[in-house]
Amino acid sequence: MTVAPPRAAGATDPAAAILVEKLSLWYGDFQALFDVDLRVRAGAITSLIGPSGCGKTTLLRSVNRINERLAYVRTSGSIRLWGLDIYDPAVELAQLRKQVGMVFQRPNPLPLSVRDNVLFGTRVHVPDGRAPARAVADRIVEEALREVLLWDELKDALDRPGTQLSLEQQQKLCIARLLPVKPRLLLMDEPCSALDPAGTEAVEELIWKLRGDYTILIVTHNMAQARRASEECVFMLLGEMIEHSDTASMFLNPANEQTAAYIEGRYG
Amino acid sequence: MNAAADRRDLSWWVDKVAQILVLAGGLSAIVFIVGIFLFIGREGAGFIFEGFSLREFLLSPRWTPTSNHNPTFGALALIAGTASVTGLAMVVAVPFSLGAAIYIGEFATGRGRETLKVLVELLAAIPSVVWGFVGLSIMNPLIVRVFDAPVGLNVLNSGIILGLMAAPIMTTIAEDALKAVPDTYREAAEAMGATRWQVILKVVLPAGRNGLVAATLLGVGRGFGETMAVLMASGHAVNLPTSPFDAVRALTATIAAELGETAEGSEHWQALFTLGIFLFLVTFTINFLADVFVRGGLPGRRRRGRRPVASANP
Repeated sequence: MTVAPPRAAGATDPAAAILVEKLSLWYGDFQALFDVDLRVRAGAITSLIGPSGCGKTTLLRSVNRINERLAYVRTSGSIRLWGLDIYDPAVELAQLRKQVGMVFQRPNPLPLSVRDNVLFGTRVHVPDGRAPARAVADRIVEEALREVLLWDELKDALDRPGTQLSLEQQQKLCIARLLPVKPRLLLMDEPCSALDPAGTEAVEELIWKLRGDYTILIVTHNMAQARRASEECVFMLLGEMIEHSDTASMFLNPANEQTAAYIEGRYG
Repeated sequence: MNAAADRRDLSWWVDKVAQILVLAGGLSAIVFIVGIFLFIGREGAGFIFEGFSLREFLLSPRWTPTSNHNPTFGALALIAGTASVTGLAMVVAVPFSLGAAIYIGEFATGRGRETLKVLVELLAAIPSVVWGFVGLSIMNPLIVRVFDAPVGLNVLNSGIILGLMAAPIMTTIAEDALKAVPDTYREAAEAMGATRWQVILKVVLPAGRNGLVAATLLGVGRGFGETMAVLMASGHAVNLPTSPFDAVRALTATIAAELGETAEGSEHWQALFTLGIFLFLVTFTINFLADVFVRGGLPGRRRRGRRPVASANP
């Protein structure tokens, strides 16, 4: 890895939340990403699209380094979040992941009560060695659930196991539990693909509402969703970044031929 | 098509015969358990219905079946012996087996993990008489030397031996319980910044709680039923233990040691079978509870917890 990158723009570019430079990634011998460069604007919703196996989820999972749960993953290149290199040996994973929340494809609430799901983050990241007092905790739970529009539905069911909610509620809960530790960036890996159309619409509306307060990077298989619910759009193919522009112009007027073919549904 | 459906060729017969053999194998478990219960019930029946006093059996510590003028059959000391040894065994076995299961399930990878699993299974295969031998010839002098006790055959000795005997099977079951916790839970918690230890403590162990309780219960069942090692290491003296250095006698060991020297059909013979019935009931209850826990908690609690799902999914 280079110590002084040729383009140190990330450090001085406050509008860039994520700056990926020359990122390559291997699962064992299989190379999944090839020299990906990407600049994600702070406060915006950016969607990653492309056919299955194009590396969009891999790229997403590199940003909070959750990829590294697999021992055989290797990477080269750099990812900077607000100028900070996340592969720096001094970076603590717990701190990184506090800043970077992740929502998974399959809603995965923890096998705890709704309340404990929301408070999990605060209990993991205890600032001064103590979990918040009961009253503070109550307020945190209410705020987070209000933010994701679940409070009215669940305020009398805070002790119910999170795993027994409807899928839509589960996915909203999975977003709510990220908020109390105040992340700056939310990564979403096809957050609606397990939901029915009504649930999809509700969660999309929620994501749209969170725009501005959080930088959001969202992987989607669903081009209509990318079009509806994102401001910028990145098209990937076979581990390479092909095109990145604002969503409206990518769908109206794609610069790259492969992008155009994909968007028109000629493959993928 | 019709002809093919009706053809009874060799493989049709093989299929039928195999089905019947497998069915017989399955039914045999029921036949054996009922048969055993009827057998020990019949042998103990005479005692239960005639000279038996439940009060004496459960509350008197006096087990003097061979006394000429006044034989007494109080099993309290034997029950206390078995219970104290098993209790100490669990104190030894739970930390060992839980630690081993967590290490194997959550930390070890690849070849190290496979090797450990094989070793644990190997440990479970050591015959109990060998453990008894360890108790007699290694633990006994060790306890005498370390604790300055007059004799080393006591609750402490047999409890430790029994704990080591029960740990492997408990490890295996506990590890299965941890493995059954979906990996998505771990991933979710790690993505929220939890350290590995936090993930285990706050997510994996609570999620696998029922299986871990079941593992412990099966260990307890094993402790109640174990005979040879306890017979050899416990001192085999009818005694209500007041300290870990007291010699005790277990229910199982009593049956094993006395049955061969008792006149068939005598009151003493029947009393020993009554001990057998008692043991059978205890281990049956423990195994039943373990099974309930493996299936996800006590039925009453489950119904309460699952109400919303049940109503949505009749």
